[in-house]
Amino acid sequence: MNRATLDLWVGIFVTIGLGSLLFLALKVGNLASNNVGETYRLEAKFDNIGGLKVRGAVKSAGVVVGRVTQIQLDPEAFVAVVSMHIDHRYKFPRDTFATINTSGLLGEQYVGFEVGGETQMLKDGDLVKKTQSAVVLEKLISQFMFNKASEDNGGSKK
Amino acid sequence: MASATTPSDDCLVRINKVSFAYDRRPVLTDINMEIPRGKIVAIMGSSGCGKTTTLRLIGGQLKPTSGEVRVNGQVVHTLDSGGLYEMRRHMGMLFQFGALFTDLSVFDNVAFQMREHTDLPEDLINDLVMMKLHAVGLRGAHHLMPSELSGGMARRVALARAIALDPMLIMYDEPFAGLDPISLSIIGELIRSLNDALGASSIIVTHDVQESLKIVDYVYFVSAGKIVAQGTAEEIKASGTPYVHQFVWGEADGPVPFHYPAPVYGEQIMEQAGHA
Amino acid sequence: MPNSSKPSPFTDKLVQFLTRLGHNFTSRIWRLGFASRFFLAILLLSGTALRRFHLTIREIYFTGVLSLIIILVSGLFVGMVLGLQGYDTLQRYGSSEALGVLVSLSLVRELGPVVSALLFASRAGSAITAEIGLMKATEQLSAMEMMAVNPIARVVAPRFWAGVVSMPMLAALFSAMGIFGGYLVGVQLIGVDEGSFWSQMQASVDFREDIVNGIIKSCVFGIIISWIAVFEGYDAEPTAEGVSGATTRTVVTSSLAVLAADFVLTAFMFRGA
Repeated sequence: MNRATLDLWVGIFVTIGLGSLLFLALKVGNLASNNVGETYRLEAKFDNIGGLKVRGAVKSAGVVVGRVTQIQLDPEAFVAVVSMHIDHRYKFPRDTFATINTSGLLGEQYVGFEVGGETQMLKDGDLVKKTQSAVVLEKLISQFMFNKASEDNGGSKK
Repeated sequence: MASATTPSDDCLVRINKVSFAYDRRPVLTDINMEIPRGKIVAIMGSSGCGKTTTLRLIGGQLKPTSGEVRVNGQVVHTLDSGGLYEMRRHMGMLFQFGALFTDLSVFDNVAFQMREHTDLPEDLINDLVMMKLHAVGLRGAHHLMPSELSGGMARRVALARAIALDPMLIMYDEPFAGLDPISLSIIGELIRSLNDALGASSIIVTHDVQESLKIVDYVYFVSAGKIVAQGTAEEIKASGTPYVHQFVWGEADGPVPFHYPAPVYGEQIMEQAGHA
Repeated sequence: MPNSSKPSPFTDKLVQFLTRLGHNFTSRIWRLGFASRFFLAILLLSGTALRRFHLTIREIYFTGVLSLIIILVSGLFVGMVLGLQGYDTLQRYGSSEALGVLVSLSLVRELGPVVSALLFASRAGSAITAEIGLMKATEQLSAMEMMAVNPIARVVAPRFWAGVVSMPMLAALFSAMGIFGGYLVGVQLIGVDEGSFWSQMQASVDFREDIVNGIIKSCVFGIIISWIAVFEGYDAEPTAEGVSGATTRTVVTSSLAVLAADFVLTAFMFRGA
């Protein structure tokens, strides 16, 4: 086999290899939507984060605006401190409401921002004050059962 | 090319009291040899007597257990790898079955050393390779792969490759093994004519007595790691030494026994019979 | 009875056994040391392979390009099987849209690097060992040394680097092909929603955490396989049996080494996430 054919084949091989890397990076991964470095950091405290994980999405109106980067327990107040990196293009008012939601019944959990009406915006390192914890399914069910039971009891007393 | 030579010494290779052992098994003991410039010297002996080891000692692939090998005045085993490689550039070696690079064509095989060691332009390399191939009569086969060659042709290509850089010393490891009579005499004549044309010195390791006695100047006979006889071709043919006589005339029994060492057969049979 | 004069057969056997064990052990350690020195020698003598890059390109052809077909076909089938099996499991929990996540994460993190490494070991690794072993058996390496050319620099290093370069590309190809296979089965055949297949995949596959880690894995596997393959070839006994034994050892050893290394790497990379 002569040198030129060999070079051609190796060239094709390298192109396909790099092409599939690019495919993985852009189409499969989140490289296109996640520009590293162009972010600012926000924190939020939750009583219970449920199944939220590092790298979970932060969404506002359903649009991914950032990622959870760190989850810690505040050792004094015993609440979860969630750090998020938010895309610098998006600014949120000071009274933004952070909630932990679930996509679908059993899907991944994410942080949702519900925007308030203040004119001052959150800056890098700020704390999102108003939060609502994750809905824990077991609690919800037991609450429902308890209410139902007390309703029934009340009914029988009448 | 022999600018670094010391012209006062008329021997290219001197082997002084060299012994060599694999692990603790001695292969060579106390060997003395001289290879004069411009001559062809044969090292003969039966298989496994240490002939190839001698070549490897000269090429620096093995280090002697004691003694020293001098090539062109330099002690081989004291050279560092750079010096050793420098020395090997002036050596050519023909391996037992040619050892052609199977992934390169005939042309590329011969051009191998030129490309590795020189910065010659490709058209000059082309001319040189064709010259070498012409010398062994295979200019027309330059495009073939080694797998397409017959044994004799492969040996000739290997010969062309060995002389690619016009070496001062050419070593042949069993150049006649496994060749038909025609190829045999072609190789023999090539060894002689190339040696004289290049002004090189040659060492042939072989057990083919008749063919090599036609072309060599001097012969060393090695048996069991020792030199048992030496002399010019005529002296060897006329030699009365029993070993040399047996070897030259190819007799089945003699000083080299037919039987591998074993207890006396009769006793062994009796012993086995006793056990049964 | 002759037994009284000899030590009892039991102690005799025990001593024999211990001797053999000790011999095996020391020779293994010795080989490991030799292999490490060989690895260093390759790295130190890589100048030729990198300066005269066409030597390495030639070997990339033999290790990489010739492995393309097997990698592409098996990647496609592995992805298709993942699509079928994954859908079967996920739809029981009503989350068949997560099929893209399942297929892509398992391919990018594990199956891509590992399965392509195993295929690479048996396709290219064995060929490298056999080739170098045969070159040794036919004295080509010796001849090269006598021509003042270092065979490690001229023969071994280009093959080693070709393996190291080819492996990540083949792994990426395998993953891409597998995801395509999963897409074919999941979206085209079964009818999972195409939009959620890709968007959920993109939402949960992280470039740095998953894809880069997968690439790092395949680079490590490439080094391991190429090293074992060239070493076994170079160290092979120069006979027909020696070369065939070395070829088998390359496949077995490098496959096991890849799996072991995969465990260690996974433990470091994906802990806790």
